Amino acid sequence: MALDDQFYREYILDHYKNPRNFGRLEAADISHEEYNPLCGDMVGMDFRMLDGVIQDVRFHGRGCAISQASASLMTERLKGMRVEDARKISKEDVLGELGIEISPARLKCALLSLKVLKVGAYGLAHEEDED
Amino acid sequence: MSTLKSEVATSGRYDVGVIRADFPFFDTGVAYLDSANTSQRPRQVVEAMEEYFTQYNSNIHRAVYRTSMQATERYDATRRKVREFINARSVKEVIFTRNVTESINLVAYTWGRQNVGEGDLIVLTVMEHHSNIVPWQILAQEKGARLAYVDIDDQGELRLDQFHDLLEQRPKLVAFAQVSNTLGTITPYRELTAAARAAGAVVLIDGAQGVQHVGVDVQEVGCDFYGFTGHKILGPTGVGVLYGRRELLEAMPPFLGGGDMIKAVFLDHTDYAGLPEKFEAGTPAIAEVIGLGAAIDYLQGVGVDAIRAHELDLTEYAVEALSEIDGLRMFGPPALRRAGVLSFDIEGIHPHDIATIVDRHNVCIRAGHNCAMPLMHRLDVAATARASFFLYNTKEEIDRLLVGLHDAKRIFS
Repeated sequence: MALDDQFYREYILDHYKNPRNFGRLEAADISHEEYNPLCGDMVGMDFRMLDGVIQDVRFHGRGCAISQASASLMTERLKGMRVEDARKISKEDVLGELGIEISPARLKCALLSLKVLKVGAYGLAHEEDED
Repeated sequence: MSTLKSEVATSGRYDVGVIRADFPFFDTGVAYLDSANTSQRPRQVVEAMEEYFTQYNSNIHRAVYRTSMQATERYDATRRKVREFINARSVKEVIFTRNVTESINLVAYTWGRQNVGEGDLIVLTVMEHHSNIVPWQILAQEKGARLAYVDIDDQGELRLDQFHDLLEQRPKLVAFAQVSNTLGTITPYRELTAAARAAGAVVLIDGAQGVQHVGVDVQEVGCDFYGFTGHKILGPTGVGVLYGRRELLEAMPPFLGGGDMIKAVFLDHTDYAGLPEKFEAGTPAIAEVIGLGAAIDYLQGVGVDAIRAHELDLTEYAVEALSEIDGLRMFGPPALRRAGVLSFDIEGIHPHDIATIVDRHNVCIRAGHNCAMPLMHRLDVAATARASFFLYNTKEEIDRLLVGLHDAKRIFS
């Protein structure tokens, strides 16, 4: 089965098994959780901010390899990032970073952490699901 | 005319190969283990619908020409088949809906609004499908009624002690699934119904997972309402059934207003049609109802008892096969008290990932909360993987699932 080796690439599995920045932040400035209504998967993020820069970020949650690896990758990207740059992170950026072919059924898994970022942390309008 | 009876019916013994030959879908080579979600359709169903579309396509109940009369006759024939299938007293007790969700909502919005008031108790169970929870929550919020849920034990069977305690509070309504869509638990629906009726409650049974696997005789069971859906019993999507006891249906107000449900309309009022038309406003899903009739013919040709025996065999085989896998945990009761539904999880692998990997092996299983989020919370899991079996499934398909599961273990090791 070459296909699923491609799908579950080593670094995806690595981020799933050894999630970076996993856990809760004491005295977080912003905390937000989102659920995937299709499966009940959850991703939450805590942020500590200073002068418009994300000082620290942690995530927690439960879900599949795709949703959790996506969140783990997201936290690595966000640390030290300016808020206005974080706002610009797009769906394409997230999928590009995952670097695997995501079927429509799994798109919501891959983009759950982006939803947390957009809806929760930045109070942006709730993005309509496009798929 | 197509032949509606399966060849299995005449051969007298269970030959899954003969059954599979009736299902063109299996030519795809896909192992389909998700019939609790929706079933495959035999060619007899497809042909019955095609025949309507190509040979007597017309509306029912209103035109005088012969083509329309033929459509009306075939539509009404399904109602007679349903009556016989569930042993209702009369065809007037058989209402066509879109699905079980609509069947339950119909009861909640008509009987419920008329009969449930402030402080009244509605008893449900924690393992209901969302369609047997949300309509009652909406009703309870509107009326200030109370909801209570019967818990399950560690084997996924209802806590009968709790059930009987709740009956002492004289609930207005008791609603539960005949078979759990997630755990496969066959509830003691006869005993539950008898006890609830004796306590003065109206009883609604969600038969979505029951009618095709264990069957029902609504007169013998004694329930007031029973719902099932076409697409889970070899029929098309878009058609379901609500059975209701005639006295109740007659006293209930209509659900939707419009064409077909009227006797006479005036500017200031309307006289409603009698049963069952009172509850069937608008042009119905004619082809789908006709398809449902063919599905019931097919099921009865094979026989629900024979289907149950075949599924029991598959379930026992699958329970043993899946036990081999390290870290795999199955939910629900022993095979004898379980319909062909197996929910499980594997330590360290999310059900979504399990389903994605077995899909690469061309095996379809469900992964998620199975439209039973309260049950997921009760089991303390986010989701489960679920394999479900029907009359056409084989041990070979279960073997293929096993290969996929071993592959998932390898990838996530």
